[in-house]
This record gives sequence, structure tokens and C-alpha cells, in this order.
Amino acid sequence: MSSKSIEGTGGAGRAGDKVFSGITLLAGCLILLVLFSVAVFLLWQALPTFMADSADISGGEGFFTYIWPLVIGTVIAAAIALAIATPVGIGVALFISHYAPRRMAQGLGYLIDLLAAIPSVVYGAWGMMVLAPALVGPYTWLAENAGWIPIFSGPASQTGKTMLTAGIVLSVMVLPIITSLTREIFLQTPKLHEEAALAMGATRWEMIRMAVFPFARPGVISAVMLGLGRALGETMAVALVLSSGGLIASLIRPGNQTIAAEIALNFPEAYGLRLSELIAAGLVLFLITLAVNVIARWIISRHKEFSGAN
Amino acid sequence: MSKRIDVKDLNVYYGDFLAVENVNINIEAKSVTAFIGPSGCGKSTFLRTLNRMHEVLPGARVEGEVLLDGENLYGPGVDPVTVRSHIGMVFQRPNPFPTMSIRDNVLAGVKLNNKRISKSDADDLVERSLTGANLWKEVRDRLDKPGSGLSGGQQQRLCIARAIAVSPEVILMDEPCSALDPISTLAIEDLIEELKSDYTVVIVTHNMQQAARVSDKTAFFNIAGTGKPGRLIEYADTPVIFSNPAQKATEDYVSGRFG
Repeated sequence: MSSKSIEGTGGAGRAGDKVFSGITLLAGCLILLVLFSVAVFLLWQALPTFMADSADISGGEGFFTYIWPLVIGTVIAAAIALAIATPVGIGVALFISHYAPRRMAQGLGYLIDLLAAIPSVVYGAWGMMVLAPALVGPYTWLAENAGWIPIFSGPASQTGKTMLTAGIVLSVMVLPIITSLTREIFLQTPKLHEEAALAMGATRWEMIRMAVFPFARPGVISAVMLGLGRALGETMAVALVLSSGGLIASLIRPGNQTIAAEIALNFPEAYGLRLSELIAAGLVLFLITLAVNVIARWIISRHKEFSGAN
Repeated sequence: MSKRIDVKDLNVYYGDFLAVENVNINIEAKSVTAFIGPSGCGKSTFLRTLNRMHEVLPGARVEGEVLLDGENLYGPGVDPVTVRSHIGMVFQRPNPFPTMSIRDNVLAGVKLNNKRISKSDADDLVERSLTGANLWKEVRDRLDKPGSGLSGGQQQRLCIARAIAVSPEVILMDEPCSALDPISTLAIEDLIEELKSDYTVVIVTHNMQQAARVSDKTAFFNIAGTGKPGRLIEYADTPVIFSNPAQKATEDYVSGRFG
């Protein structure tokens, strides 16, 4: 009689299971805890700003008047960065995944990843010392020839340290994130669907539009959102490259400021209400990021039925 | 509409490796031709040279001629993209586009070839193609639902509808039933029988009963050993291949005595 009893078998495996599920639970809770404590810190420290008399806030006209230009500046800088980095990033990723010969693709992939490893202060220094002076000429030309468009109205900055420069530097920083993520997703497109398109007589570009882009769409949106997260929160590069000032429409004149750079530049000397103001600005940035991510999630889930995951 | 295929002295290479050697075969229009043979014998590779799909793999090339009603598919100035729009293909695993609705899947090829199609023409074509693939009755009230929500057999018929929507001259099928259950397989086999009246059908199959059931002529491919090229051993009317083959290797294979 060698029949095994059902009871009391596999004790060691069961314990491993418990440990593992405990660890994952802990990790999940930790994220929530950190997020919660940051949110509480921001709210608590920002509270004096919302209670204070509007005349005591920087600018003397209340917190909203103070923060509004910064919000606009932040959004503009991030928008410029994404407007440049998204098409370029997708283009480079597509080249690596579907057009380049294999060996070249690998080398290019490493180079892109290397871009991500450069510290942001280096980007800032490069933007300030190389890119900004180089852009003075083009800005002057833009102001002369396209000055009737509000965003290019002159006189152009003579140092090149403008919003547009900051946006371009940010786009270079965001590029590797978007490129390497989208490349991974493009590479994961099922061969099955690519061949389905090709077998119907699709050219390579038609195949990409038919099989690759629809498959990669949610992933590309996520990649762009991650890039946006970096662009919104980037401090050092903007602080170095932008000669900040009040809110203006022109992107090629000195002026504008982003929340992150405002906080970084003023934090060391801030105390009392000013400190609370800056933290409130941080809270606003936090909310912007949250809103952007919620919108992105919504866009992705809207097409869930057609995602191919079912 | 359907055309015949004549293959002359075809060698298929992957880089320097000769995968299929010296195939000569004449495939009649409006008939079903089955390719059988053990795994790795080059029958799928050969099938894919008939619409130049093998070129998707880097380094793949052919020597010889494939004539579609006398026109060489590998002639100078022939675009593989054009070739593929004339010769449709159905794959081993059903592959409708997951992000498209059933309707859009059927229209996918048509939208490539002539970009503009009026709504009523499109509706007609969708109904005609799905009816042609014996799928219309099952999906007519859910044309806007994703194709990936269908069962495996329905998905495969959707792929056939997608292939016939562009009115191809030939339909190639690469083991179209190997991922399907017996009922769905039967549905596809019935469909192949019907397709024969309008199209030239070439089917690769591992299932010899299937070849015996659906095809008019059968080609047996074999390989001498690993690393050797695949060859066409015998090509004849299907009853002959299965009951009275000329070659010993064919007889061993169809009778299950294959080593």
C-alpha cells in the first residue's frame, strides 16, 4: 500500500507561496504608503498658502495669480518637448525595429539608451553653452520673418536662453525614453499580423500602419506619458537653459518659467510662507501629472475591446 | 479570374543554404492542389515562393521561374507587393487584425488596393466575401465587433473572407486547419470545395486524410536528411498518390510506414 495521503503534502511549496505573496503585498502597500505620505506632506505644508491673505503671496494677488503663469509655462515646455520628441522617437524606434539592418539597429539601440544615462545637469550645461548660442541666429530670423505669429514675436533673445531652447533640450532628454520603449513594443508586434498585412499586398509602410501601429498604440501612449512625466518634472536643465520671467506668448524671448525650475531656484532661500508657496506649487505639479496620467489611462482603456488582448 | 501556375526549375535559398531544390510543377486553374510531406521538407517554403512571401525573411531568394498564366512572378520589374495582391494567402494560425472590426478586417485588403470605396459597395463586398467564406450568417449582427472575439474556426473563415475580398487569382493556404477543432476543420474543407469553382487553391497540409478529401492533385515533398534540400518527389492526381503511387517514398509516407 503506497497510496499517498492527500493531507499534509507539499508543505515546503506552500510556505514559499505564502512568503512570495507576502512580499508582493508588502511591495504594493509600500507604494501606496509612499504616495500617501508625499500627498499628506504636500497638503500639510501647502496649507498656510491657501489660508494666507492674498496680499502676502508673492506678487500680492493671491496664489492662483502666482501659480497660473507657472502652470502655463510648465505645460508649454512639456508640450514643445513632446511635440519634437514623439515623432522623432517613434521614427527612430521604427527605423531600428523595422528598417535598419540588424547590426546597425543594435548599435543605434545602445546609443539611444546611452542618451538616457546622461545626467540632466549635463544636458542643462550643453543647452546653455552650446545650443542656446547656436539658436540666436535662427531666433532672430524667426522674429524677422515669422514675427506676426505671437509665439515668434520679437525682439529675439540675444542669449538664446528662451522657452523654445528649454523645450528643445527637454525633448532631447525625453527622446531616449520614448524611443527605447516604443522600439520594444514595435518589436513585439506579432509576426502573424505583419505577415497578414504583407500577404494582402501591403507595402512595408502600409503594413506598419495596419499591423504595427494599432498593436503598439497603448504602449506608445504609455511611453509618451513617461516622457511627459520627465519633461514636466525636469528641473536642472530648465533652470540652466531658461532665462525666466513673467508669462509671455513669445517662445523666443526671455521669459516664462516652469514649476519645477521655480521651486529649485527659490527653495534654498525660502522660509515661512514662501516655502509653503513653493510646496503648494509642487502640489499643483503633482496634480497636473496625475491628471495627465488619468487621461492617458482613459485613452488606452477606451479601445480595450480592440486591443487584441482578448 | 482564376489562373494557372507553372513552376520551372525552382531553387529556393536562405542565404547560401539551399532549402528547396529543382521544383517543376504545373498547377491547374480552378482546382485544389495539396502539398504533403514530413515537417521541414520545404513544402511551406515552396508555397510561400508562389506569392513571394518568403522574401519577408532576410536572405531568402529563388532561382527559376514561377509563371502565373505565363507571367513570371520573378521577372524584372515585378513588384512583390503587386504579386501578393493577386495571390491571396491564409496562414496556419488565424490572424485577423485584432484592432479592427470584423467588417474592417474584410475590407483591409480592398482599402490597400483602391483607397476609395463607397459605403454601399463596401457593404455589398463585406456581405459577399463573408457569404463566400460561410461566415455571414454567424456574424451579420456583429460586424462592428472585433474579429478577435470570434472562435478559432470563425477567425480562420474571416481570414479567408479577407483573402477573397480582393478577388485574387490564386489562394494559398498554409496548413489552414492545423490549429482548429474537427468541426471547424470540416467547415473549412467544405469551403475549400466551394472556392474551387472560382479560384485556384493550393493547400499545404499535414493531414493526409484532408489532402485526400479536398484536393484534385497532390504533390509529395520529401527531404533526404537534415541539412539537405527538400524536393518534389511525386505529383499526380490525388487518388493515384494515395492508392497507386509511382515512388516507393510516396507509398511509405501515405501508408504511414515512413521512417
